[in-house]
Amino acid sequence: MESRSARHRLTLRAILRSLALGSAILLASPVWSLAQDDLSSSWFNPHRVNMLVFLVVFFGFIIYFIQRAKKGKSLFIRRIAGLDAIEEAVGRATEMGRPVLYISGIEDVDNIQTVASMIILGNVAKMVAQYDTPLFVPICRPFVVPVAEERVKEGYAAAGRPDAYNRDNVRYISDEQFAYAAGVNGIMLRDVPAANLMFGSFFAESLMLAETGFLTGAIQVAGTANIHQLPFFIVACDYTIIGEELFATSAYLSREPKLLGSLKGSDLAKAIIMGLLALGAILETAGVTSFTKWFFIE
Amino acid sequence: MGTTELIWNGVAAFLVLSIYSFLYKDNPFYKFAEHLVVGVSAGYFAMILYYNAFLPKLIHPLSSGQYWYVIPGILGLLMWARFSRKWQWLSRPTLGFVIGSGAGVAIPLYLQNYVLRQLSASMLPVGFSSWPQITNILIIIMVFCALAYFYFSKEHTGVFGGAAKFGIWTLMVGFGAGFGMTVMGRVALLAERVVFLRDYFHQLWNAVF
Repeated sequence: MESRSARHRLTLRAILRSLALGSAILLASPVWSLAQDDLSSSWFNPHRVNMLVFLVVFFGFIIYFIQRAKKGKSLFIRRIAGLDAIEEAVGRATEMGRPVLYISGIEDVDNIQTVASMIILGNVAKMVAQYDTPLFVPICRPFVVPVAEERVKEGYAAAGRPDAYNRDNVRYISDEQFAYAAGVNGIMLRDVPAANLMFGSFFAESLMLAETGFLTGAIQVAGTANIHQLPFFIVACDYTIIGEELFATSAYLSREPKLLGSLKGSDLAKAIIMGLLALGAILETAGVTSFTKWFFIE
Repeated sequence: MGTTELIWNGVAAFLVLSIYSFLYKDNPFYKFAEHLVVGVSAGYFAMILYYNAFLPKLIHPLSSGQYWYVIPGILGLLMWARFSRKWQWLSRPTLGFVIGSGAGVAIPLYLQNYVLRQLSASMLPVGFSSWPQITNILIIIMVFCALAYFYFSKEHTGVFGGAAKFGIWTLMVGFGAGFGMTVMGRVALLAERVVFLRDYFHQLWNAVF
């Protein structure tokens, strides 16, 4: 009976995957017509060869390192200082008997920062479950809610406390940026969390949130790759995870081969970029400009 | 200004002051304004999605015979499975589709804007014969050091650690400039609200007396 049910479930999954593939093709159809209209005769845009080369090389590195990680090869990543700050914040909330507030930014689940934030959320959930500290997760985008619910649930299960998971603590607030900020500010003032963890993509609401958290006396750890918002977190939070450190943190915490491999691959890409930069500067100084122009996309 | 406009501007002025009262402390006026904005935005976005997405991107194509649009429709419906503990896994293909398509669109865009263009703009002629060339040396050193800070495969020790430290100082200089610029923008927003309140009370005074 059970195997029959499992078979049905597999069939259903196959149907759903086909649906997702169908939607992808549907989504690609405007691109198809656009390509036919604009390029009429060519599928290959020679002005974007540089992009192709970079994508192939970078993805090559990433796939190589993912394979290495999957084989169990040790991939060294230095410890990110912000990780200690997260543990310290959760520990402090536990000592004070007050909740932890986790804010995952205001972008949707298709944003890479939100994905990284969800990975960190899973680890935070595991931590709070071990300490039996309440965790509030106010969400800005509806699509993020199920992902956050899954991550928190998995975190509680990983800590051996699935019964302690409270679905109502993952709350949708509002799609509107400032309504969301007002709602989260309200939570900060009324529930007075002892630790505010803000990881993800933030915009103008960043200072409103961080400043309110500062006023309530919470220990605050923030991380975003939105360069224009980092200054606000730096001035108002106890610790800030800057830019790519956000992705490194998620890789470090999860030890997931795909994330570790991506991080190592991007490190190698950075080394190559440094080399290209030095070479470009030398050639520019020598009056050769074609090398620099090759990287430019109109 | 007519009576109707005066009343509506009065509501706006009351809400602005209610929100600003948060600067003193949490109070019933702020709570009222907060709940109002959250509630109104939820209703507003539901209508926006209905008229800007649901109707033109699903119902209209389906009613004009483009039946393949039923596929994203079904994927959307699957999201409702979240309400059932037994069937909530059915929503995963939809989430996978959203995340996958988002990444597919974002990766080339990021590579173009944040890697290739930045790289091209940083390849500058260097030297000691003019100030721009000397500044270019500084720019290139700063870019190198900032990249060193974000290199995670090596501990920040020794010469590399020194470069990474200089890199973080470089970033802080940039953040400081960004902070100042954005704060000026916020002050401009505050000034606009203050002007609105001033004009409103001025017109209210004229209307009453």
